[in-house]
Amino acid sequence: MKKYRFFKIALVVSLPVLFLGSCNKSIIDPTNTYKPLAPANIDINADTWKPVLITSATTFTVPAPDAVTSPAYVADLNEIKGYQAGLTSAQRAIIDYWSAGAVLRWNEILRDLVAKHNLPPYQNDDGSYPAPSSTNPFAYPQFPFANPPYAARAYAYVSAAQYDALVAAYYYKKQYNRSAPYVNDPGVNALIPKSTLPSYPSEDAVVAGASVEIMKLLFPTEIAFIEQKAAEEMQYRIMAGANVRGELTAGQSLGAQVADVFAARARTDRAGKAIGTPDEWVQLQTNATSRGDQYWISLESPARPPQLPLFSKVIPFLFDTLTVVAMRPAPPNLAGSAAFQKEAAEVLYYSQNPTRDRQAQVEFWADGIGTSTPTGHWNAIAANEFVKENYSEVRWARNLALLNMAQMDVAICCWDTKYFYFNERPTQANPKIKTLTGIPNFPSYTSGHSNFSGAAAAVLSYLLPDRGTKFTDLATQASLSRLYGAIHYRSDIEVGLQTGAKVGQYAVQRGQSDGAGN
Amino acid sequence: MLLCCFLLVTRSTRAQTTTDALMIPQNFYCAGAMYTTNYWTNYWEGTFKRDNGNIGKLTTNTYSFFGNYGITNKLDVLFNAPYVTTNASAGTLKGQHGLQDLTLSLKWLPYQTKIGSSVLGAYAILTGSTPLSNYEADFQPMSIGLHSQWASIRALVNYRLDRFFLAASGEYIRRGDINIDRNSYYTTHLIYGNRVDIPNGNNWLISSGYRSIHFNAEATLQQTTSLGGFDIRKNDMPFPSNTMNWTMAGVMFKYSFDRVSGLELTAGGDYVLKGRNVGQATTIFGGVLYLFNFSKNKPKS
Repeated sequence: MKKYRFFKIALVVSLPVLFLGSCNKSIIDPTNTYKPLAPANIDINADTWKPVLITSATTFTVPAPDAVTSPAYVADLNEIKGYQAGLTSAQRAIIDYWSAGAVLRWNEILRDLVAKHNLPPYQNDDGSYPAPSSTNPFAYPQFPFANPPYAARAYAYVSAAQYDALVAAYYYKKQYNRSAPYVNDPGVNALIPKSTLPSYPSEDAVVAGASVEIMKLLFPTEIAFIEQKAAEEMQYRIMAGANVRGELTAGQSLGAQVADVFAARARTDRAGKAIGTPDEWVQLQTNATSRGDQYWISLESPARPPQLPLFSKVIPFLFDTLTVVAMRPAPPNLAGSAAFQKEAAEVLYYSQNPTRDRQAQVEFWADGIGTSTPTGHWNAIAANEFVKENYSEVRWARNLALLNMAQMDVAICCWDTKYFYFNERPTQANPKIKTLTGIPNFPSYTSGHSNFSGAAAAVLSYLLPDRGTKFTDLATQASLSRLYGAIHYRSDIEVGLQTGAKVGQYAVQRGQSDGAGN
Repeated sequence: MLLCCFLLVTRSTRAQTTTDALMIPQNFYCAGAMYTTNYWTNYWEGTFKRDNGNIGKLTTNTYSFFGNYGITNKLDVLFNAPYVTTNASAGTLKGQHGLQDLTLSLKWLPYQTKIGSSVLGAYAILTGSTPLSNYEADFQPMSIGLHSQWASIRALVNYRLDRFFLAASGEYIRRGDINIDRNSYYTTHLIYGNRVDIPNGNNWLISSGYRSIHFNAEATLQQTTSLGGFDIRKNDMPFPSNTMNWTMAGVMFKYSFDRVSGLELTAGGDYVLKGRNVGQATTIFGGVLYLFNFSKNKPKS
């Protein structure tokens, strides 16, 4: 009996432990496992690469560094030694994080901010919707609503500003030719891979300075967060023995100066007027009707104004506004036509016959509200490939700039097509079409995902030719996911991919002639 | 765009459940089928209560089969297998359906004592749950569940005086991670990976009522709390790892037929009084149970 009781107690104790322990709890974020960046090629001649906006590095001010024998430099070295004498585990974690690369980490931070701000405003009591205001960014709804076109533009400005800032930095790096602290003083340890790249001004600081300055404009409610990240990154460079403080100060200053050129462009690129006016929204309907088509209406309740209908007027990076119009594809199938009905029937089929595999594809590519948008998704895909390539910071920036300028420009082209034709979504044509993901609040033709993905695949296939059809396959999957989700007709996705590929080629041509090689 | 909220699927097996003090005798088997409908139009995003024109009324119907077998007079094993459908009355999101999660429980009465004419019993209930199909969890609020494996332990004390009872219990629920079809998602920051940490939880429940051979009636009040997770932001979509808390009151009735020995009917309902990141749901259920006697000495109920 006693033995029985013992087993009983053992059972009572062990069963719950076994039971509760059987639930697996372990989240590993793969971006935390990236290795420290050790560029295979420091791209020492990047000062000769063609920048996006700036005309010459010499238009910016970078004072000559202190001599390495100066008391100021010696004091800077002592600051490093002070940190290295007692690094905490939290400080080592900061080194581990940032050593993966400045451009990479700032791109991730940007994706995070886009996802955070990718929330459509909640309606007013009367059923109208408030609009975010850049002049009063903290009031609800906070500025910005980082929807896909806004986000594509943000990624482009941040990446292009980082790239130009690094090109300028390389000019001064070569001019001043200052060695890294661990070269000048054997008492300084290099806690990250050593580099022969001159260290004044710091490339990390240049990237941080440019990112902070342009992101202040794009995400004005996040300045404290952004500044804190930059301060952490500067601390990392010192703790790791990679830069002295003077190199960071000069770098941040140069980055901010270059970013100001981009900020000036951003303030006048017409994005601020992309929301349009109620009169302009009505005109869109008239345009569609005059073509004999059924005009788009919002399927949200209450009906929401169309998303950034005048984003089509934003000034692109890779071509002029006339080219946007020239690339506009032929009209969609007219509502009610035989071709239209055939395509609508196909959408209804996918709505009514979902498979688990197709649903997974829809979810994988949903990139809807609360996400980093399709452009962010393609940035994540690119970043995962780039980390394998051991690029220099400047090549990282250049490649992301090519990708993201194509993303912004394809958003402009896609929005031009959407709002020029202003046609209805499948569910508007047939309410029986229930969807496997949210219907974006803008017209159907052509598919945004397909445009973004077509452009991204063209750029990434150029940059990484050894990946074969990997990126075009992904682009096809992304675009099909919109048909499977029952929110797009087949012609939306097919034509969207074509426009995307064309816009992507503009970035490829730029890449072929910017002096950076592949 | 649209948004909304999700309510954890409520218990469907109510007679001799994992939350009451009813035991089935050794070698008896109780089989049952239950229909449950659960609906809400209002929900909470964090503490902000709202409705949503893109959801309208969200209805979840559950058709479950369950059973309870007496291994001994003091140890029961229970299972429950639900088929679930969801539907939104407005908006465009497609309703989902499928076999949801199998739960298996062991219910044990280790201690029981008489105090005068009353009886005090202490119970321990272990439950494990695993999804029965590969349903989509990351399509809230249309998804039929969270697709999480979980295990729980509940301690229950029941005091019975004649035909009246009072019971109180507490449960700790440990939920396993899930894999979703995306490879990044935002909680309070962007996370890269398809693995989602579903918060653990607890549940406190008190119930009181009347139990005779033929008729049971009871009222319950319970609080379910997520130990972790995050709030749905204003106008965001719900996500499987949201904090989901709710206070719920309910009633349950059971009737056993005299003429058809072993046949029982049960019905009841619940209402969410207060919640966080859940719908303010009303639940109504009805079911039929049949008691089989596999013991050697047949007559005896």
